[in-house]
Amino acid sequence: MTTHDQAQRHDPVYDRLHETAEFTELRRRYRGFAFPATVAFLSWYLLYVVMSMWAPDFMSTKLWGNVNVALVFGLLQFVTTFLIAWMYSKYSTKNLDPLARQLDEEYREGRGEAS
Amino acid sequence: MTGQITSQLSVMAAGTDHQGLTAILFLAVVGLTIGITVWASRQTKGAADYYAGGRSFSGFQNGLAIGGDYMSAASFLGISGAIALSGYDGFLYSIGFLVAWLVALLLVAEMLRNSGRYTMADQLAYRMKQRPVRTAAATSTVVVSIFYLLAQMVGAGALVALLLGIDSQAMINVTIFAVGILMVFYVTVGGMKGTTWVQIVKAVLLMAGSALIVVLVLAKFDFNLSDLLGTAASNSGHGSAFLEPGLKYGATTTSKIDFLSLGIALVLGTAGLPHILIRFYTVPTSRDARKSVLWAIGLIGTFYLFTLVLGFGAAALLDTGSLDAAGNLASPKLAEEVGGGAGSTGGAILLAVIAAVAFATILAVVAGLTLTSSASVAHDLYNSVWKKGKASERDEIRVARIAAGVIGLIAILLAIPAQKLNIAFLVALAFAVAASANLPAIVYNMFWRRFNTRGAVWSIYGGLISAVGLVFFSPVVSGKGIDPVTGKNLSLLPADIDISWFPLENPGIVSIPLGFLLGYLGTITSREPDAEERYTELEVRALTGAGAESAVQH
Repeated sequence: MTTHDQAQRHDPVYDRLHETAEFTELRRRYRGFAFPATVAFLSWYLLYVVMSMWAPDFMSTKLWGNVNVALVFGLLQFVTTFLIAWMYSKYSTKNLDPLARQLDEEYREGRGEAS
Repeated sequence: MTGQITSQLSVMAAGTDHQGLTAILFLAVVGLTIGITVWASRQTKGAADYYAGGRSFSGFQNGLAIGGDYMSAASFLGISGAIALSGYDGFLYSIGFLVAWLVALLLVAEMLRNSGRYTMADQLAYRMKQRPVRTAAATSTVVVSIFYLLAQMVGAGALVALLLGIDSQAMINVTIFAVGILMVFYVTVGGMKGTTWVQIVKAVLLMAGSALIVVLVLAKFDFNLSDLLGTAASNSGHGSAFLEPGLKYGATTTSKIDFLSLGIALVLGTAGLPHILIRFYTVPTSRDARKSVLWAIGLIGTFYLFTLVLGFGAAALLDTGSLDAAGNLASPKLAEEVGGGAGSTGGAILLAVIAAVAFATILAVVAGLTLTSSASVAHDLYNSVWKKGKASERDEIRVARIAAGVIGLIAILLAIPAQKLNIAFLVALAFAVAASANLPAIVYNMFWRRFNTRGAVWSIYGGLISAVGLVFFSPVVSGKGIDPVTGKNLSLLPADIDISWFPLENPGIVSIPLGFLLGYLGTITSREPDAEERYTELEVRALTGAGAESAVQH
């Protein structure tokens, strides 16, 4: 195997950072938000697609004027998308970025670079 | 009947003045984008500038550029046209295209920014055998981009032909050729900086232009959405079924499953589109990548709400029977109507403005696609696979410029026979291939330590071949027969050839799980300790940004 077969850089500083409690915590916090949120919005979206095709009576129920359940359900997909994006933005700024910055500093120190 | 004839006569009379104005505005768009490109070329020095715009765009700028890259002719013309013709079913596209951004936001954008350099393949090559994974990723990048490019170029040809009143096939081909030449010019001269600024300008023009039409449409109904919907339903001739799902897709169980398949491809495809992925490299940090996706979600979401009003507005105010079969001209015609109607000065101005915006939309998207595929050919295939990473930066960029020219030429040559194909179908196919071939590899690579070269190669080729192959054996290509009403052949191949055995037009429901399954099987049937060991480094770097590529200092 030539060096080119695999990207060349391998710095032991990464192994050290990987073992730290901060990194474990960062990964736990990231996955703790991203994974359940992904399952939630994908299920919610699939529910919408399936209902559109297989529950036409429910979807065509009129709510007021010419506005029916299908339109409101569709617009709610917009609302939940904006909401999850906004929540992730808040969550990551508060819970992920400080830990990521701290670990990045440790990395720079570990390699003798000025931060 | 008489009313219809008079209105058609007045359209023809007004045709000549609006065409002059439209032509001037088209040339203004071309002039502006050429100016931006020449300016950007002076700022471009090395590979990071050429491929990634020096990684110096702000989150907001990149958010606009992502919007400019993503809201294609298929969105602007296709979705509003689909709503105008099929009512509520057209809206389902908008929702899939928007919700898809959460996959990009939560699972892909930041980690990709931290672990790659210029192309989608970088992130896989970080811990795997360079040559096989780069070859596979470059292949799927070029295939996805070319399907997407064809859709835009076919759209450009149709748009220019109809709006400038060109009806000869030769002139339409000249238009496609001109769009091809322009996109190669933007990419070879302006690189990522030029392309990004073209996309930013386009996003601003598109949002402003659509907002104006939306306000004018809503004003006609005193800002009462229910009235707009009611008028659309009665004017469409379908009654309340026009406002309910199922008008287009609800006929049979096969068509319902087809729709589910489309829905899955739309929501999973975005985060696997190479021309979207490389936009995350144009910002200094992963936090800016996150901000750019947040801006993009706001912008794209607002735009898709606009298309809802545009589509139902067109159904309410236009004679939809007079639209082209795919409804691609619903938005421009609606602009003419709310500007004062055919023959009025206001109508002519708004029609010309919206047509020019649509043209700018197409130019910005084709530039992004050409840049992405040429970058992958130069960086992945030429430098890493062929020159084993020893090519100089200068040589690599030279090859990228040549590749842009070659890809432009291929796109032109394929777009001319592809004009029979529906634009929305081509884009949906690009999404299906991206979701089947690219997304499984990207997600496994980020979250599964055991994932390795064989898994990546199997999932990319498996997803790619199954998605394209299933379409080839689907009713799209053969076996739909002749439309009893119009007498037109509904499939691509001549009507007497029938090789279709796959019943769905959208392959995603089969090819996406297959891509994931093959990635899994490839991985568990081989051991690659190096790849597993280097996952440690990838994971730390992806989550913390430690050692990630930084912005170019000029």
